[in-house]
Amino acid sequence: MTLAATHPPSAPAILPSSGGMRGALADLFWRRPRFLLVLMLAPPLLWLGIVYIGSLIALLMQSFFSIDEFSGLIDRHVTLKTYGDLFQAANLDIIIRTVVMAALVTLASVAVAFPIAYYAARYARGRWKALFYLAVMLPLWSSYLVKVYAWKLILAKEGILTWLLARLHLGWLLDGWLALPYVGGSSLSVSATGTFIAFVYVWLPFMILPVQAALERVPNNLVEASSDLGASPGQTFRTVLFPLALPGIVAGSIFTFSLTLGDYIIPQIIGTSRLFIGMAVYAQQGTAGNIPLAAAFTVVPIVIMGFYLWGAKRMGAFDAL
Amino acid sequence: MRADRNQSAPLPLKIAATCGLLFLHLPILLIFVYAFTTEEKTFQWPLPGFTLQWFGVTWNRPDVWAALSLSVRVAAISTLIALILGTLCSAAVSRSKFFGREAISLLVILPIALPGIITGIALRSAFSLADIPFSFWTIVLGHATFCVVVVYNNAVARFRRTSGSMIEASYDLGADGFQTFRHVVLPNIATALLAGGMLAFALSFDEVIVTTFTAGQQQTVPIWMLEELIRPRQRPVTNVVAMVVVLVTLLPILFAYYLTRDGDQIAGSGK
Repeated sequence: MTLAATHPPSAPAILPSSGGMRGALADLFWRRPRFLLVLMLAPPLLWLGIVYIGSLIALLMQSFFSIDEFSGLIDRHVTLKTYGDLFQAANLDIIIRTVVMAALVTLASVAVAFPIAYYAARYARGRWKALFYLAVMLPLWSSYLVKVYAWKLILAKEGILTWLLARLHLGWLLDGWLALPYVGGSSLSVSATGTFIAFVYVWLPFMILPVQAALERVPNNLVEASSDLGASPGQTFRTVLFPLALPGIVAGSIFTFSLTLGDYIIPQIIGTSRLFIGMAVYAQQGTAGNIPLAAAFTVVPIVIMGFYLWGAKRMGAFDAL
Repeated sequence: MRADRNQSAPLPLKIAATCGLLFLHLPILLIFVYAFTTEEKTFQWPLPGFTLQWFGVTWNRPDVWAALSLSVRVAAISTLIALILGTLCSAAVSRSKFFGREAISLLVILPIALPGIITGIALRSAFSLADIPFSFWTIVLGHATFCVVVVYNNAVARFRRTSGSMIEASYDLGADGFQTFRHVVLPNIATALLAGGMLAFALSFDEVIVTTFTAGQQQTVPIWMLEELIRPRQRPVTNVVAMVVVLVTLLPILFAYYLTRDGDQIAGSGK
């Protein structure tokens, strides 16, 4: 099928038809849409394929190398020794600490995000709805470091939170909490609790948006039918709304879980000196110069997220994204 | 329509939602307050006094200006590359069905779905394997890669709402491919591209995790802030820079929202 066959040459064109090279090229694109498609896809695919996938493969390759403990040089022979190093007690400790933190952060995000998402999805209307949307989008997009810095200000020993609790005569509560093992420390800004709060704060919008989207898709007549059949509001929530919102929660948890697994800035600025996976990667590739071990460490979140995504897909979370 | 639209929310829900929103916004507001503090060494609250002197001090700091200039240049070039690649990719994906279409969507989203540290160290190790020294372009390489997805998401959403019959009509009326693109397609997707570009700029301007791996000794604004956070030298200057960063990223986001507010899907769904 050619252009000439469908349009007689005498047909008046609204725009002057272009001749020469450009015209020939336009004709070629029309006759061979596959050619145009390949031409359009080539630049982005080449870029992402070479820059991104290429780098990822280079990284994965290096995780099979090992480091010579005496010379500190990288031994380029394929070995699983580096992966074996991951199971040393110290490294295993880092992995478990990070995964536990990611799980706790995810649970807390659900608890804080759900009321906001629920209100925005089922009660906010018109102007309020737009306002709610912006109120979630602005913190999502505003600077990550500034948000972390804000918590450094808040959680500092001389900061606003200590002052507020003292004003409320709750200083003893803070002191008691800080005296606890694992979660405590000399002040909130150098405790695991501080790290946890900062994580929840920074990833919260990633949880609100998918949960809100899932709740908005629940038809109201289901809720009505449930109460018509005699369910109390609590029962309706537990047996109708919550199961239908679950794919949204799982979708949000993909973000909160994955982002916590890979982050190394927050625990570095707010928290104890105990390492997280991200910090271990950074330390191994930087000061220690042990790129194979750093590469092996990055495989851990990739594998965990792989399983997580597989489970999430089975729960239908991707439709809620 | 929903029957509960005339019902007001139960009180506990209202309280929980309000507390949640306050939790999201008060910390950012606090940054603005701290920019005016007279205290230099600690984060003391209540503030001992208010002053404007730190704005002047920050203005005269060459390192802040150097970092700002580098960040703006990186963000501008990365946005440009992301606009070109993202538009091409979204146009290809939405105009035709072909084998591997889903895989391409996944490939575009991957740099942002995997933790930033993986992207960062992957690029770093690739640079060291290929003996590429750190430069302006190594930063751009990383930033453009994860900015593509933002442009792509916006453009794909717009293409989905643009009816294909308009393009067919344009061809029927005798326009060739280039004319159709210039007069029909581009006006349709222009605001989506602008919004995507704004978000890509904000994303690049703010990026720190990938940048720490690809910058070497160079300092973008986030790297400068990170240095200050780990080894504080002058806290009041950091306070002022933090406030400026909030404002610089806020404006493109509000503008992007304004441009796409009628859309079914606004912006990307995550960083």
